[in-house]
Amino acid sequence: MSTNTDKPATLLRWVDARFPLMSLWNDHLAKYYAPKNFNFWYYFGALSLVVFVIQVLTGIFLVMNYKPDAATAFGSVEYIMRDVEWGWLIRYLHSTGASAFFIVIYLHMTRALLYGSYKQPRELVWILGMCLYLALMAEAFMGYLLPWGQMSFWGAQVIISLFGAIPVIGGTLAEWIRGDYVVSDITLNRFFSLHVIALPFAIAGLVFLHIIALHEVGSNNPDGVEIKKKKDENGKPLDGIPFHPYYTVKDLVGLTVFLMIFSAVVFFGPEMGGYFLEANNFIPANPMSTPQHIAPVWYFTPYYSILRANTVNFLWIDAKVWGVVFMGLGVLSFFFLPWLDRSPVRSIRYRGGLYKTALAIFIVCFLILGYLGVQPPTETKTLVAQVCTVIYFLFFLLMPIYTTLDKTKPVPERVTM
Amino acid sequence: MRDDAVDPRRRRFLTGTTLVIGGIGAAFTAVPFVSSFQPSARAKAIGAPVEVDISKLESGQRLVQKWRGKPVWVVRRTPEMVETLKSFDPATLRDANSDKSEQPEYAKNAWRSEKPEYLVLVGICTHLGCSPNYVPQAGAPEVGSTWQGGFFCPCHGSKFDLAGRVFDGVPAPSNLVVPPYRFLSDTKIMVGEDKGAAA
Amino acid sequence: MRSLLATILLAIFTQFALANEDGLKLQNANVNLSDRAALQRGAKMFVNYCVSCHSAQYMRYNRVAADLGIPEDVLKANLMFTTDKVGEPMLVAMRPEDGQSWFGVAPPDLSVVARSRGADWLYSYLNGFYLDTKRGSGVNNLYFPNTAMPHVLWELQGLKRAMFESEKTHDGATVEVFEKFETVRPGTLSEVDYQRATRDLVNFLVYVGEPAKLVRYALGIKVIGFLFIFFLAAYALKKEYWKDVH
Repeated sequence: MSTNTDKPATLLRWVDARFPLMSLWNDHLAKYYAPKNFNFWYYFGALSLVVFVIQVLTGIFLVMNYKPDAATAFGSVEYIMRDVEWGWLIRYLHSTGASAFFIVIYLHMTRALLYGSYKQPRELVWILGMCLYLALMAEAFMGYLLPWGQMSFWGAQVIISLFGAIPVIGGTLAEWIRGDYVVSDITLNRFFSLHVIALPFAIAGLVFLHIIALHEVGSNNPDGVEIKKKKDENGKPLDGIPFHPYYTVKDLVGLTVFLMIFSAVVFFGPEMGGYFLEANNFIPANPMSTPQHIAPVWYFTPYYSILRANTVNFLWIDAKVWGVVFMGLGVLSFFFLPWLDRSPVRSIRYRGGLYKTALAIFIVCFLILGYLGVQPPTETKTLVAQVCTVIYFLFFLLMPIYTTLDKTKPVPERVTM
Repeated sequence: MRDDAVDPRRRRFLTGTTLVIGGIGAAFTAVPFVSSFQPSARAKAIGAPVEVDISKLESGQRLVQKWRGKPVWVVRRTPEMVETLKSFDPATLRDANSDKSEQPEYAKNAWRSEKPEYLVLVGICTHLGCSPNYVPQAGAPEVGSTWQGGFFCPCHGSKFDLAGRVFDGVPAPSNLVVPPYRFLSDTKIMVGEDKGAAA
Repeated sequence: MRSLLATILLAIFTQFALANEDGLKLQNANVNLSDRAALQRGAKMFVNYCVSCHSAQYMRYNRVAADLGIPEDVLKANLMFTTDKVGEPMLVAMRPEDGQSWFGVAPPDLSVVARSRGADWLYSYLNGFYLDTKRGSGVNNLYFPNTAMPHVLWELQGLKRAMFESEKTHDGATVEVFEKFETVRPGTLSEVDYQRATRDLVNFLVYVGEPAKLVRYALGIKVIGFLFIFFLAAYALKKEYWKDVH
């Protein structure tokens, strides 16, 4: 060992003798070998961690001034916006952060679809990621009730009554979730606890597991090539580079660009035309008056479209119930991707026309469903939503077939830069 | 992989520059969060100066008004009380010249107030925070035969004179606090604000 | 595929409705928060005409004074009628129960009305009153049919009648479409001056809706500027290290 006696080094050695500091640092950063061909799509994992930290930090300060009581909640948000020093900035960081979180996560998931990152041996990474997606949706849903505006109240009312549509147990279940016969102060208080304490802990735990699972098998890359197959005489992957310093330094650049865009929204357009902060939510919740137009926040709209697209009572089951079922299946379908995808090839770069077309159509349908979700329903729009819903599910249902039939290209031995 | 050799100086310089700029950015980012702890506009509004009407305050009496959640006393001292203050033995007081106590400039005098007739004090004992009683009668039995009038704290027995100055040998360490105040007229005092600005 | 995606994204995000629910086009409020004089005039209008019925319970008087550059004595003399404590918010003397019984609905608080209704709607609304004998208040409004609010600014604007035209929609139904206004009695202000006055009032309401708006644009430029400088340093650092890889 070294005979270095300067203070930082000895402190490090003292800690390291009692805590696996150096081995953690090496295993997960300095000697974690990641493929050297990461591209644009690979920024979003690290970015989602940053957004999570932003939400927790701004959330802590918001909770110092927010009041989770139906009579004073709305007022406490305006108190933060006006009376608390810099409160307006902390609020906008949190509201923009919520939408940013979903944009980042959707891009992060798209990467997985493009490069087959969910395929063997990374199925568990994918499943943990999907659990995170569900937790994030729950967290956002609970958080949105807190400002206690018209949209907060009526959005919660509608979504909770979806649970009420479940046969036999539905009514009791909805009442159990609310803690009351309607969405009330009681519901607000419990959603507050879940949003501030329970779900953040769950998300933090899942993030930890997600990263551990990833590091166990190693990261995928845009070519879908397994870099661990080709190692040098020291056992290091030929196409790998240590995460630190190469990706820490690269992610820092990505983070800066992200922060510039994020700041532009926070300072110049936090409402984002009514998509990030809805106009109707500046009206205090009124249980006696339903707004003309209730739509969930933009990040839920694709699934909301699927829900509304179900208009047919079928097999003695109400359309409403089918809507809930298909909406749920719409989210859950993603869980099965590792087993539905039978292609021998991971990355879209080496897939054939069948898969590329299917994925392109799926993404377009997802976006159309999202757009339709914020529109009031008309006959034509409902028809379009129904078509898109069918295509949505066909993407998953037919996947075992078209991924088997697909004419793939030969995958290179080494990554391409 | 590389064509040329690693230049460690260049790396150190660039890393250093990035860290310094990043550190400045982090410091700027911390400012809104740390500042948000400061009293909000609502706290300042609730803690705003209060107007005290002394038109009905009789000679020798004390009135109590709330300011920033604390009791503020206005005592209208009789001419005899003012005389008594002049002849007080400073040896019995812990801080006769109010050097270690809290009061505005214009209250750092023998009667610890702007005008001798009116005494304005924060009615909280400087020991552990109880609110002392007003005991103006000389020789009052609960305090002792040598008592010349003042304030007596029932919690731990601290005693203060008619200018709020603390006696020696009692638990309280300093004189009763004089808040900033100013006279709006002969019948109105604004507590919480002096001729400078609001506290 | 990327251009298709871009087109779809563009289509989604240009759905900002400029039309009222009935399809009546809104007039442009021409908000300008850097026009301090206009904001001060708007504040005066608000206090003279609105505060008797509408509160702005989240807006403190001393904040208005500080943001709009109004000295405290001027504030107290001209803008404060219900309280003399400058730290207090703009509350109204009327009780909600009274408002309910007099107007059928309690006049809502206006602190964030500019954020829920929008500046263009508010401006159009204030310019959209017309005579209607069927209403208890004697007036109706193009942008808020059967509004319970009387035309508080009638002395300034004067009184108008609304002329409607019958039109057929594409499904064959007949609708009354607004054609134009006809002045019945002129007000103390000319039409242009009234529009300017209501525009000042709406401008003030936009400020009241979000006082931070006065500072956030300038701050945003500084933040993004700083981030850009940091970007240059971080990028140079990245490029240096990645020489190892390329």
